[in-house]
Amino acid sequence: MNIAKQFKEGLVTNNPVMVQLIGMCPTMATSTSLTNGIGMGLSATAVLICSNIVISLLRKIIPNKVRIAAYITIIAGFVTMVDLLLQAFIPSLSASLGLFIPLIVVNCIILGRAESCASKTPVLPSAVDGVCMGLGFTFTLCILSVIRELLGAGTIGGGLITVFSQPATIMILPAGGFLTLGCVIAVMQKILQKGE
Amino acid sequence: MTQVLSIALGAILINNFIFSQFLGCCPFFGVSKKIDTAVGMGMAVTFVMGLASIVTWLIQTFVLDPLGLGFMQTVAFILVIATLVQFVEMFMMKSMPSLYQALGVFLPLITTNCAVLGVALQNIQNGYNFIESVVYGVTGGLGFTLAIVLFASIRERLDASAKTPKCFDGFPIALVSASLLCMAFLGFSGMKIW
Repeated sequence: MNIAKQFKEGLVTNNPVMVQLIGMCPTMATSTSLTNGIGMGLSATAVLICSNIVISLLRKIIPNKVRIAAYITIIAGFVTMVDLLLQAFIPSLSASLGLFIPLIVVNCIILGRAESCASKTPVLPSAVDGVCMGLGFTFTLCILSVIRELLGAGTIGGGLITVFSQPATIMILPAGGFLTLGCVIAVMQKILQKGE
Repeated sequence: MTQVLSIALGAILINNFIFSQFLGCCPFFGVSKKIDTAVGMGMAVTFVMGLASIVTWLIQTFVLDPLGLGFMQTVAFILVIATLVQFVEMFMMKSMPSLYQALGVFLPLITTNCAVLGVALQNIQNGYNFIESVVYGVTGGLGFTLAIVLFASIRERLDASAKTPKCFDGFPIALVSASLLCMAFLGFSGMKIW
């Protein structure tokens, strides 16, 4: 097991959003400001790590036929925990992410990793895989949200520093989300092509 | 009646699930290469969304609320939706095998379509009654169908004739064209009825 390699895969070469092209909805919906992006990324990472560990522990017990239903139940349990914890301790973040916290359940990244990694590998590598993929997701959200926040609201770091006062509001609207993600993936493809 | 109409219009045009709420993007990009499959997918999603709205509303009102189990909402809803999708899948396999073939892996993936769980959760959050929930579910699905069919027709032409820079090939150019389509839908946002 090679941790450095797993990290590189999660962050760059096999990045869940930019290379595997999954988990689009939360990526675009919550990358309107850096605080939202990081909040979403870390919540999903927490769920991903926990669900990977539990599913990996139970991988020999869960019958093959009902595995998807079992995975979804486990994931939904952890999402409910994260949802309640956020409501109790960081209510402002919980309010701004809103519907997208319970919707972590249907984030394809988490179910995808459960199916392709946690159901086949022992506990420790699965946990590491959860950390790497989760950080890759968070990393993408950070890139997108920094670009969109700077262009769309004229601020950096969740409204900490105001850079200019007449921003292009379209960038924090949905249209800007599609546009930014398209350009970021294009840049990513360019980089990966050069690396080959 | 006017309330129901405004919910319907809102869900199809103004608050379109894809273009203003980002719900259901995975199938939106995954199954939009051909118009036929896009129509089929849209119909299947509409059907599941309508059905899911009915069932989840009943569960919330008659099971979760009386028992004080509101915190189990996410778990309960996702299980109900997973079961529903399984039924739809079996039904389609028997009665519409060609569509079943065309949709392929995306049919079971309707379970993890965030539009379906999203509509169920929004119905409860917005405090809709039974009829309003059903209308919101079905029209939300119609809005999804409209978006995916429009987008599929753009992509068919794009694949046939457009010359794109190499790094924009495939997915990035699809995202950029979705962005333009989305801007067009922004035009509806100022619309108000009554």
